[in-house]
Amino acid sequence: MLRYTINRVLLMIPTLLGVAVLVFFMLRVVPGDVVEIKLRGDGGNVSQETIELERKRMGLDKPFVSQFGDWMIGMATLDLGKSMWTERPVIEEISLRLELSLQVAIMATIIAVLIAIPLGTAAALFRDTWIDYVVRIVTIGGLSIPSFWFGMLIMLTLLGLFNWLPPITFTPIYVDPVANLTQLIWPAMAVGYRYCAVVSRMIRSSLLEVMNEDYIRTARAKGVYEKVVISRHALRNALLPAITVIGLEFTFLIGGLVVTEQVFNLNGIGQLFVQSVSRNDFTLIQGMVMLIAAFYVFVNLIIDLLYAVFDPRIRYE
Amino acid sequence: MKITRRTALQGTAGALALGVGGFNFDFTKAEAQAPAVKRGGNLTFAISAETPHYDPAGSDTYATLHFAAPFYSTLLRFNLSKFPAVEGDLAQSWTVSPDLMTYTFKLHPNVKFHDGSTLTSADVKATYDRLRNPPAGVVSTRKATFADIGTIETPDANTVIFKMKDVNAAMIEHFASPWNVIYTAKDITADPNFPKTKVNGTGPFTFVEHVKGSHVSGKKNDGYFKKGLPYLDGWKGVFTLQAAAMLNAVQGGQVLGEFRGISPAERDRLVQTMGDKIRIEEQSWTLNLLVCFNVDKKPFDDVRVRKALLMAIDRWGGSVGLSRISTLRSVGGVVRPGSPMATPEADLVKLPGFSKDIKKSREEAKKLLKEAGQENLKFVLWNRNLAMPYTPAGIFLVDQWRQIGVEVEHKQSDTGAYLATMNAGNHDVAIDFSNLFMDDTSLALAKYLSVTRAPENRSRSKDAELDKLYDDHIRERNPEKRKALIRAFEKRLFEQAYQQPLLWWHRIVPTHKVLMGWKMSPSHNLGAQLEDVWLNA
Repeated sequence: MLRYTINRVLLMIPTLLGVAVLVFFMLRVVPGDVVEIKLRGDGGNVSQETIELERKRMGLDKPFVSQFGDWMIGMATLDLGKSMWTERPVIEEISLRLELSLQVAIMATIIAVLIAIPLGTAAALFRDTWIDYVVRIVTIGGLSIPSFWFGMLIMLTLLGLFNWLPPITFTPIYVDPVANLTQLIWPAMAVGYRYCAVVSRMIRSSLLEVMNEDYIRTARAKGVYEKVVISRHALRNALLPAITVIGLEFTFLIGGLVVTEQVFNLNGIGQLFVQSVSRNDFTLIQGMVMLIAAFYVFVNLIIDLLYAVFDPRIRYE
Repeated sequence: MKITRRTALQGTAGALALGVGGFNFDFTKAEAQAPAVKRGGNLTFAISAETPHYDPAGSDTYATLHFAAPFYSTLLRFNLSKFPAVEGDLAQSWTVSPDLMTYTFKLHPNVKFHDGSTLTSADVKATYDRLRNPPAGVVSTRKATFADIGTIETPDANTVIFKMKDVNAAMIEHFASPWNVIYTAKDITADPNFPKTKVNGTGPFTFVEHVKGSHVSGKKNDGYFKKGLPYLDGWKGVFTLQAAAMLNAVQGGQVLGEFRGISPAERDRLVQTMGDKIRIEEQSWTLNLLVCFNVDKKPFDDVRVRKALLMAIDRWGGSVGLSRISTLRSVGGVVRPGSPMATPEADLVKLPGFSKDIKKSREEAKKLLKEAGQENLKFVLWNRNLAMPYTPAGIFLVDQWRQIGVEVEHKQSDTGAYLATMNAGNHDVAIDFSNLFMDDTSLALAKYLSVTRAPENRSRSKDAELDKLYDDHIRERNPEKRKALIRAFEKRLFEQAYQQPLLWWHRIVPTHKVLMGWKMSPSHNLGAQLEDVWLNA
């Protein structure tokens, strides 16, 4: 197990390196120039000489290979460079937003898992009864309604019914937990609903499949209580595919909540992503892609290790 | 006064009927009795964009001014109650020599920077030297504006004398530009890029914090040189990059206003939902959208084709329709309609592209296209992918040209890709924009100069006659003769049909009625200092 884990961690290096090469050179194909956007995007009357001087100062006049080399050397020392737009360290730009995005992802995951497991289990156990139908309506609603639209409905409802909106600026949970939760519970609910729907559908299908397995029949034949059959034998195995979905959804939430963040005016990674793309802020985009890729690789590793915990048949030796 | 959707729309219709120039529609006329000023309180308002840095000298986006203006002072500034008149800010008084070659400013004594140091004429000189001759690594987007300054003298600590190399008739207005905030000489000498990341001004508020992506805040400068000001204890500008979030925030009272401008639909929503709690102010805006033909590409090298396409556009009808759904409204030439140097409507309608007889105009356009052998013209119209007001403008143009048999593909792209296409000269026709902070013609006309002088000229035209008319008008001291030169410039430009304003924008600003003292102006870059803003709560 330890050897497997070390191997997987070492494999992260070429994976991330591949991502780095891809994102760096693909971005250079994108038309446009951050200096142009910064100095002329708002109609500025700036001479070509000034533009060229700025490009030179920012190292954009160097050959791509040389720029890539500089970036990789920086990465090796955990220096992701400076944002081409703000000229502040990329790490600083990301870390400011990561706290919020991570918290929303964690809260949404908690909401989703806490609701999805009982919902999916109930739907499977009471298949084709009114319970299953109700759960189906709820989950299909979650899958069909885009999170951002649900978020808009939440905001408009709060505004219409209570003439109240959550705080507009972020307060860290360790500074003021009430203000923090008052702001983030709503986006967490908005994305948690869809997330919950995905997970509960997954649990329902895999539980139905597991319930027909031989070992369930054997357990029942041995006279094991139904509750124990479900919780210890069926659900434990049915959770395996759900864990994969939870992991992937969680990672997606880190950088994928673009529109939801806009609706709630959240200063998260998703908004930063969109802004940096529209500004051709290559170093910041690269930094964020690497961060999200690292998250994906890491979460995948955790999922694989959890498989071994949940399913004793799986051993990585 | 109860505000309903109907009264709002009646107001809009009234604005259109008045021809919009300089029009200021205020829903709060009923509150004519001005209440007594109240001190204290904190203002929270929305800023719909975030500045990349804090240095107005190197910026052209209002996001920098809405962020930084409250921390700084300028030599002069525009008096928004009597716009475009200017008044002193750091300058207690000033004189201009009759030949417009010497400008002498007397500064207020004992003005303190936020770090406690005293403002002297050396600070003004250092700031303007940095503007007109930026050191390596510093960007001054107004370098060309101050190229006419010869020397800056500081005979004593409170006197600054600007001696010009050449006459620039708009120099006083440039000294009132909100972008030219005064820094300390010691800060910018030690680090010429100090203002990009740090704040040390003489303004009514001192810098508190900037949480990137979230907000900026300031608190009252107790040592502000204008006694009794500011009224507020502090302010917070919250970055609301999405219009829906901003509107919710205004409606929910999280912010008390947004000072750039909103669309008519957004205005109607606020009026409908907030009733008499919201104040809506409207005025013609110093922004316009332009139609530009790339003269380096065939068939747009043929003046007949360019002219035909301009003549097919029904601006007067378009103004009525587009103003209902977008921020586009006023029909005008190269100078903002309603401003002192603007072309009167009676003269404007005689110019190509401005006729009110659109049927006749389109017949002539078809004839011109036939003469040029372009009856089946097809081309791509490049546009930015910004919903307001670029998309409606693009759709409008496609429809206008369809009516003379021209087939147009409307291509919208990100600003980066758009600018790259323009710079490479790969476009056929483009929608461009002009972003001004005042009505001064030295700025308004600069966009139409030969591309060798004005890289932002998207038509890529080179026209020595236009360049000469521009230079002559800048040096002309007599306002009437200057006006005549502007008319000649405009006539030449539109006859050659390189590029032409489509419509001028219309500014709509929503503020809660508890917010007092904020002044509306034709530019979203002005009035951001907040020194005389107060809360009636």
